[in-house]
Amino acid sequence: MYPRPFHYHRAGSLQEAVTMLGQAGDEARLLAGGQSLIPLMKLRLASVAHLIDLNFIGGLSYTKEEDGVIRFGALTRHAEIEESALAQEVPILYDCAAGIADIQVRNRGTLGGSLAEADPSGDWAPCLLTLSTDVICLGPQGERTVPLAEFITDAYTTVLGPAELVREVVVRRPPPKSGGAYLALKRAAPVYATASAAVQFTLADHDTCLDAGIALGAIGLTPIKATAAEAELRGKQVTDKTFEAAAEAAMAAADPQSDKRGSAAYKRALVGVLVRRAAEIALRRARGEKMEAGHIYA
Amino acid sequence: MPEDIQLVRLSVTVNGKRHTLEVEPRLLLVELLRNGLNLTGTHVGCDTTYCGACTVLLNGAAVKSCTVFGVQADGAEVLTVEGLEKEGKLHPLQEAFAEHHGLQCGYCTPGMLMSSLQLLSKNPRPTQKEIRKAISGNCCRCTGYQNILKAIRAAAEEMAS
Repeated sequence: MYPRPFHYHRAGSLQEAVTMLGQAGDEARLLAGGQSLIPLMKLRLASVAHLIDLNFIGGLSYTKEEDGVIRFGALTRHAEIEESALAQEVPILYDCAAGIADIQVRNRGTLGGSLAEADPSGDWAPCLLTLSTDVICLGPQGERTVPLAEFITDAYTTVLGPAELVREVVVRRPPPKSGGAYLALKRAAPVYATASAAVQFTLADHDTCLDAGIALGAIGLTPIKATAAEAELRGKQVTDKTFEAAAEAAMAAADPQSDKRGSAAYKRALVGVLVRRAAEIALRRARGEKMEAGHIYA
Repeated sequence: MPEDIQLVRLSVTVNGKRHTLEVEPRLLLVELLRNGLNLTGTHVGCDTTYCGACTVLLNGAAVKSCTVFGVQADGAEVLTVEGLEKEGKLHPLQEAFAEHHGLQCGYCTPGMLMSSLQLLSKNPRPTQKEIRKAISGNCCRCTGYQNILKAIRAAAEEMAS
């Protein structure tokens, strides 16, 4: 299968990519990892007249941390995050990075591209919504910082302007006594999840939950920040009962559609199970236990 | 092809040999290898980033070559299944796949070999779980996974010894 013919442009810098986007008009797209865009082009679901390749810019695939602020470059690949020391220290990042599709896709696909594409089934957005995350955007008017919670506005839709791109993704490292987990259920490695859930919280003394983040993926047109579920944990002692209440609230927040991955009722029930399990793992991790989590196969 | 689409000139090293070509931007890496360089060992299976039959190493990293444009390989080193054999001697992975019946119809084999090679180059003594994860992007339509797992494990032992 071939995409329609297109003009190929190689950007020398992100600034140049912004200029190229502005000049090329509506049918221009940026090529980052290409693991969603290229199949969409081949299936003719995306009609691209000008393809602007970011991969020759260099220096954009980084993961660095300074004063508790973690920065991911525009082209940081999933596999680079999976292999980073940082992901070992913030396990929810590892859960997500290491479980996306398969190694071939993780070697190419990028965090910035995943957020900018805003596929309702994407993994990164629900994961990072439970942490404090900002998206640094670069456009013709310069830079702006958009909180991730405001970045994705609809299915495949973000606040990015026509000539704007994701320059960097900034995540605050969770404080001590924090734990989190990202769980996604899928049929096989290369496919998107049927549903996913991310839970991240910080404990105070006596297992009181100081702060909690809960987000759901593949269960609505956008990733869902389950604020009512978070409220069931925040300020309360974490027990099976509070986890159950959070899971119930998350199920109520889900907005599933029946499709070939499962019925709406099945997906809603699945969300409850994923949130409860992710919370249990998050708790054990917050207590310092090493535990494996991530994508699970049906 | 519309006349105003510019061809792109690129240089790519495939299995140690440097090639300079002019390609249409939409040419996929797998088609560049198969049709442009006549290296038909890399197979096209699903053509939709699922099955992994087209897996090659791009600068040492396993990629699905149906989901990379040829122009993206400009300046890169590509290793395909044809590059595994050295001076008439099969690679230990190929030997192990033959020895342990790691293939039936053979369609997925080139991709399986390349994904396995990336695994063993980064992790010479993988656990069973790590092997399973490493080939989770490669489908075997004969469902011959058990022998593929045995073959990869045997190759790992051979290569580490």
